[in-house]
Amino acid sequence: MYGRKVKLRFLFVVLILITLILTTFLVLKSLEENVVYFQSPSEIKALSELDKKKIRVGGMVKKDSISINSSELKFVITDFKNEINVTYTGAIPNLFEEGKGVVAEGVLNDRNFFSASKILAKHDENYMPPEVKQALGEK
Amino acid sequence: MLYSVIGNYSLLLGLFFGLVLFYLSVINFRNSQVLDTKILSFTFLQFFLVVISFLCLVLSFVVSDFSNETVFNNSHTTKPIFYKIAGTWGNHEGSLLLWLLVLTLFILIFLVKTKNQPIKYRILTLVFQQIIIVGFFIFLIKTSNPFNHIYPIPTEGLGLNPILQDPALVIHPPILYLGYVGSSIIFSSALAATSLNLVSKKWASHIKKWVLSSWVFLTLGILLGSIWAYYELGWGGFWFWDPVENVSLMPWLALTTLLHCVLVLEKKLILTSWVIILSISTFALSMSGTFLVRSGILNSVHTFANDPERGLFILIFLFSLIFLSLFIFFFFHNPSKNNPSSFSLLSKETAIIINNWFMMYFLSVVLIGTIYPIFLDVLSSQKISVGPPFYHKLIIPFLIPFLLIMAIGPKLKWIKSNLEDKIYLITLLVVSILLSILIVKNFSSNFLINTILISSAFYLFFITLRDFFIKGFKNLAQNTAHFGFSLLILSILFNNLFSTETITNLKVGETFENSKTKIIFENISQKKEKNYKSIIAEFTIQDSKGKMENLSPELRIYNQPNIVTSEADIKTTLLSDKFIVINLVPNQEFFNVRYQVKPFMLWIWISVILISVGGLMSFLKKEYEK
Repeated sequence: MYGRKVKLRFLFVVLILITLILTTFLVLKSLEENVVYFQSPSEIKALSELDKKKIRVGGMVKKDSISINSSELKFVITDFKNEINVTYTGAIPNLFEEGKGVVAEGVLNDRNFFSASKILAKHDENYMPPEVKQALGEK
Repeated sequence: MLYSVIGNYSLLLGLFFGLVLFYLSVINFRNSQVLDTKILSFTFLQFFLVVISFLCLVLSFVVSDFSNETVFNNSHTTKPIFYKIAGTWGNHEGSLLLWLLVLTLFILIFLVKTKNQPIKYRILTLVFQQIIIVGFFIFLIKTSNPFNHIYPIPTEGLGLNPILQDPALVIHPPILYLGYVGSSIIFSSALAATSLNLVSKKWASHIKKWVLSSWVFLTLGILLGSIWAYYELGWGGFWFWDPVENVSLMPWLALTTLLHCVLVLEKKLILTSWVIILSISTFALSMSGTFLVRSGILNSVHTFANDPERGLFILIFLFSLIFLSLFIFFFFHNPSKNNPSSFSLLSKETAIIINNWFMMYFLSVVLIGTIYPIFLDVLSSQKISVGPPFYHKLIIPFLIPFLLIMAIGPKLKWIKSNLEDKIYLITLLVVSILLSILIVKNFSSNFLINTILISSAFYLFFITLRDFFIKGFKNLAQNTAHFGFSLLILSILFNNLFSTETITNLKVGETFENSKTKIIFENISQKKEKNYKSIIAEFTIQDSKGKMENLSPELRIYNQPNIVTSEADIKTTLLSDKFIVINLVPNQEFFNVRYQVKPFMLWIWISVILISVGGLMSFLKKEYEK
């Protein structure tokens, strides 16, 4: 009915469409699985249910809250309304200090305890992660 | 004081000449058959003025003139002279001035080097380039003038962020900018060629030089940044999929694709639309890279203090340029009506086109991962971050066909070919698979994917290696670059598979021991330098074979600004790096110790250098065909 050329072109368009749909699907799917949400201690307190997804918690390191032994580091993140206890094993960035901003990535044990697998470093003493700035600004 | 005034006025004059040039070229484009000599002199003058302005800024830094706001914010009297000079482009204002310097330099080189090209094409390229240059002049003068005064004059500056005080980071921005800005010439030239309907084989072989040189610089620039991150940030990695890294990778991917398209266009006069679209997107990505890094929108660990007004300006500027280029593309581009040659499915063209699509796919993955968080934040004010698993999951599986096509593609002929008497292709495939099984078999996790991945990388490795011996100097440039790429993938894979890491907190004199390593914290000593104090720790590391190694990482406490940095100690050998870094735990006796053994680190750097050498060879290669 149709010429060979038309058929070929049609096939080509269909192939491209399928590829596009597949790609979009793949990308969105893995985005959904792999993004890490940011939350402040107050938001965590307000959570209705807890899951084991990785999240980031940001705020200030509470004064006199850091304690350390040979395997782990403990400290408290506060947004001056609520607090959360963090335990952490791993490398500690140099600009990690009491009274300074921090972002920790890990999973929640419950609403008060957080196991961090990563503490984010920053490069600049004047720089504060936007999330922390916002979390603190809301107080 | 004086330098700032001179610098400021040369900038204003430069802007003025930009407008004059724009006017002159439009006049010249209409009337004349020869290039107005004034155009060349004014272009040189403009470049000269920017050089003066740049030198004034350098001098202000050298003499620590704190009446200049940029110097005040980024320098300090105790800073070593080397970093005073380098500090010129270690900050926002200075780095933009450097952008501008390269922009004006490149258009000058372009005009001098294109004497044989059609006159209208040269002028039109100049017009587009001047639009960009004038935009940058206005941006610089209006939102980030490097010569702002402060009064009263402070006696001391705020100092340069110590992690930027590093040799690799001194040359990283200029090299990267040469790549970025080179893409602006490609952009202007592609637009000019499209408007004049000049996109031809001849144009392709002329623009190829620009594509190659930008590509080499961009590759080296990314390499330098990566090396710096490896030893200075103390994370022991070379790529973090951080937004700031991604924005340099995206133009690289576009430029690599463009490079291959231009090579095809030069031979076959196909893929013209690809070439134009890619020229536009490479430059747009370079510009948005600058925008994203400088605007503060990106939430990155690399982010430095910044200003939203700048972001808005670049964004508007970028959108007008993209709009202009799309307009030209849709109204002036007429693809060659007599489709000159159709090609069969089994040909070099097909291989290149398929891999172009793969590269576009990689590019979109990186693009989505980088900007999706921004959109989500704007739309729903949810804060998210996209981590390495996202990129790994979406990119790694597609690397397999990508590598295979990269291995076989160059073996195919143009237009149509068959794979007779190519038994070695199969032999080498079998060898690669066997070898990878042998290597991976001790690792239970992800056996299948690792084997296939390593096999395909080995396959490319062996095929290119064989070509070095069989073909000698024929296609040497391409072969070197592809060989480098296979080496890069192999090194990264082995590095990921076989790296080991130990993190522990130790007091002085303590020992950490596990099945593989013993880390002895011997002692610490202090040293005082001009602008920092350093604490040097001494470690003895004993590996499972009982071999001892002394490593001494360092902590530096800078006086201005008051920042602590870690200097990793790295013992590099051909086969692996031993990497140790310590961090200070505030108000505690403990030091946080991170020890890593990273195989094939050196080869990651070498392979990237090989890739750029491939580009350089192609750049230097004489043209055979007329």
